[in-house]
Amino acid sequence: MKIRGKIWKFGDNIDTDAIIPARYLNTSDPKELAKHVMEDADKDFPTKVKPGDIIIAGKNFGCGSSREHAPLAIKSAGIQAVVAKSFARIFFRNAFNIGLPIFEVKDLTDEADEGDEIEIDMDSGQIMNLTKGKKYETKPIPSFMQDLIKAGGLIEWTKKRLTMEDIK
Amino acid sequence: MGMTISEKILAEHAGKKEVSAGEIINAKVDLVLANDITAPIAIKEFEKLGVKDVFDKEKIALVPDHFTPQKDIKSAEQCKILKDFAYKYKIKNYFEIGRVGIEHALLPEQGLVLPGDLVIGADSHTCTYGALGAFATGVGSTDAAVAMATGECWFKVPETIKFIYYGKLQPWVSGKDLILYTIGDIGVDGASYMAMEFTGEVIDRMPMSGRFTMCNMAIEAGAKAGIIAPDNITEEYVKVRAKRPYKFYNSDPDAKYVQIKEYDCSKIQPMVACPHLPSNVKPAGELSHIKIDQVVIGSCTNGRLEDLREAAQILKGRKIHPEVRMIIIPATQKIYMDALKEGLIEIFIEAQAVVSPPTCGPCLGGHMGILAKGERAIATTNRNFIGRMGHPESEVYLSSPAVAAASGVLGRIGIPEELGF
Repeated sequence: MKIRGKIWKFGDNIDTDAIIPARYLNTSDPKELAKHVMEDADKDFPTKVKPGDIIIAGKNFGCGSSREHAPLAIKSAGIQAVVAKSFARIFFRNAFNIGLPIFEVKDLTDEADEGDEIEIDMDSGQIMNLTKGKKYETKPIPSFMQDLIKAGGLIEWTKKRLTMEDIK
Repeated sequence: MGMTISEKILAEHAGKKEVSAGEIINAKVDLVLANDITAPIAIKEFEKLGVKDVFDKEKIALVPDHFTPQKDIKSAEQCKILKDFAYKYKIKNYFEIGRVGIEHALLPEQGLVLPGDLVIGADSHTCTYGALGAFATGVGSTDAAVAMATGECWFKVPETIKFIYYGKLQPWVSGKDLILYTIGDIGVDGASYMAMEFTGEVIDRMPMSGRFTMCNMAIEAGAKAGIIAPDNITEEYVKVRAKRPYKFYNSDPDAKYVQIKEYDCSKIQPMVACPHLPSNVKPAGELSHIKIDQVVIGSCTNGRLEDLREAAQILKGRKIHPEVRMIIIPATQKIYMDALKEGLIEIFIEAQAVVSPPTCGPCLGGHMGILAKGERAIATTNRNFIGRMGHPESEVYLSSPAVAAASGVLGRIGIPEELGF
């Protein structure tokens, strides 16, 4: 499967407070959260972003809090994927668990401009910057995490496992 | 090949003789925790699993500490989800207001986390418990949901960086200064996905409060866990609290480390992390031109009795600068009571500080001490990201309780020596 979208570009160390400020965490409704996505990194972002867009960023994206509200807000805003030089550990885990596609790529962020269109081949992990005409390889996803994606997230993966145990 | 303390704890809980860095394991956890922000999502996901019950009513902790006492209708609704779930499934460790404290101070204090435990928490500062010689790490709500149902969680065994702290600490230098210095050295992703093992003669002499502070901020370097091998000081702390057996693990002499860092602590001064990253550290003494509007002394990082004593030592017989507001937050009800009995609360009130009930409150910009546009705070908390304590154009400086208290009196960032200490 391939996904294609317009990119919004962010820098290094985009923390979870920038992705969804704690002042909005008195709710866990994904639609409410999406209204404030990336607000403290770019206050106009929630009004500018369109469903199908893609976020690209520098290193350590999603550092800070464990709040799952961060990938939820991104997903609920209709953002198809996040591509970064690297991800903070808990954000990385949460994204897989809730089914937000994320990819680690070294040079794409530095070589892309905001508004470029990119295409991600979800199976091969190749990313094409269509505007610049340049291809990138993403860091391979560990096989266990591929299983999680195939199952449709951690809840579905666990449900299957629990059913197997019942059968036993 | 020898194993690190982290590898040993993970191996034991995965039912394996040994594990090594990079391996993905499924392991049994001793405790799962979530708070009023993360538990509502965890509970929603838990219900999707279709299981009849939680895996163990005694091994789940639900701690409504972030937006409590309930600050508005929305946060009250979130807290009610925890309460209803706790009563429905007879969760033993649910803490109502009046018993609740900041989770990472409360659970060790109650003896709910012990040496050798494997703990996951839907809160990034779960790594605090490494101070007890437990392996503890922050996860998201969905991971917590699955663990509440199965008692298990998947882990990638982390590589470990060993930190050796030696030399004699300078006056007013504590665990907070050492961890800020360390994060300043390695950066906010300097220990990404890794365990930070804190060792050396300085750690051997350090009280539990300082050890909690250091492990607490391991996440600020991107680490999966901070950990300290348990010793006599740990034993003294846990033996009066534990209601079940516990086990001390130690790293083998030939354990494999990805890196070893050594710090001569006699050269480390009181440190401050400047906006907007915990790694942006400078000696406090170089920041005397920075005027402040608010001081916060508290949080899971520095809201323990020892931290309040340190602040009280500075504030005794002094007044907070007229243009500054100081908010002091004992992390638990027990700490509050102990501080009251020791006369610390009286010192704070005489100094014109306000004492808050236990809450995470201002640390995350939740409530009980929010910054206006352009305002600046010095806080003993753990993060100084943009907008962390309020308006996106406010600023947070991170420090020890001693530096925060001295700054409150001076009306600008300063060190205790400036007050004649």
